[in-house]
Amino acid sequence: MAQTILYGNQVATVDGARADGDHLWVPLGELEHSTGWKLQPQGLCRGEACVPLPPDRKHDWIDEGRGQLDIAAFAGHLGALAVHDVGNDAWSFGPTMSGRGESERQQGSGPVSAPDFSLPDLDGKLHSLSAYRGRKVFLFCWASW
Amino acid sequence: MVLAVAFDSAGGAAVKDFIRPAELSQFMFDFMGWDRSLSDRASAPTYPCLIDERHLVAELYNMVNVPTAVWIDENGSIVRPAEPAGASDVFRFMDRQTFEIPRDAAEVGKRTKTVYVEALCDWIEKGEKSRHALAPEEVRRRMRGLSRDDSIAAASFRLGVWLAKRGQAEAAQKYLGDAVRLRPENWSFRRQRIVLSDPALTGQFAATPEYWEAVQALGEDGRYYDPIRMEGMPPPYRAK
Repeated sequence: MAQTILYGNQVATVDGARADGDHLWVPLGELEHSTGWKLQPQGLCRGEACVPLPPDRKHDWIDEGRGQLDIAAFAGHLGALAVHDVGNDAWSFGPTMSGRGESERQQGSGPVSAPDFSLPDLDGKLHSLSAYRGRKVFLFCWASW
Repeated sequence: MVLAVAFDSAGGAAVKDFIRPAELSQFMFDFMGWDRSLSDRASAPTYPCLIDERHLVAELYNMVNVPTAVWIDENGSIVRPAEPAGASDVFRFMDRQTFEIPRDAAEVGKRTKTVYVEALCDWIEKGEKSRHALAPEEVRRRMRGLSRDDSIAAASFRLGVWLAKRGQAEAAQKYLGDAVRLRPENWSFRRQRIVLSDPALTGQFAATPEYWEAVQALGEDGRYYDPIRMEGMPPPYRAK
């Protein structure tokens, strides 16, 4: 049964995904486009960041026979917890908890980098925060409600 | 530059009339703490106005209410983390029948907004030399970490919005309600949930009885907006 995965800013319905209780098995070939993570020799990588797979967990998280990864288990290891709606075969992953693989933003030293994002305007044109590097930005958030 | 982001799960339909507003009433100036000398609403914004249907920016910057702002320098570093953008709790003292806000409360609201805007202008002019630009250690100290409940609440909210947009209203309300329950201080979750419960509320202020009950439940010591920790900011208004 296909599963819809809401991870980061991605939404993808993966035909070969499999829900098994709290486990969400995703074909390795579908992992990157549905979650941004890609299995590499050094671990699971997303952009420039790589997370080594703990040797004692690797065989729990990867079903080599089926070529699938339990993304719910891996994300939970990072502190990004999932909510699963069984009726709609949908999984939504939250942001990473503090102290569990959070970026240097809160735990490091030096300047705190502003998380990048891309969003559309009224005409559908995408704007990225990073495109305005070199200028001071007053990021003002509001709502109609 | 200004980068405006609207947290509106109904998308452009909810916000287009706000981006190019009609003439505003004196009530809105009092309610929002605007001074007419600071704003000219007759012209459309010249800065990007983005639409964030799933409240991504709120999640990335741990924002729980609007209006909220973050100051980011030329290097892409945060110099003031998420805080109320000159907003205060004075609206809580509004007479809900007459829509009048006590004059002394309105003055505190106006002063709060003015101090905030002046600080912003100071930073624009002076950059890192502005006394309002926070050192990285202070930025970190003011940033709230994410708990287990925060992560689940965000996941629940996102799922609720996704289900709402697919017409699964009942299922959506369950997850949106979970998000509100886990993060009761997150007024964005609460108010977006109210709007998504009734299509007629799209693009509306959505000050429903449920909303006002939640505001009243804060009591005398509760805060709708956290006080802004900024030099020159007046203390929060308290009714005499």
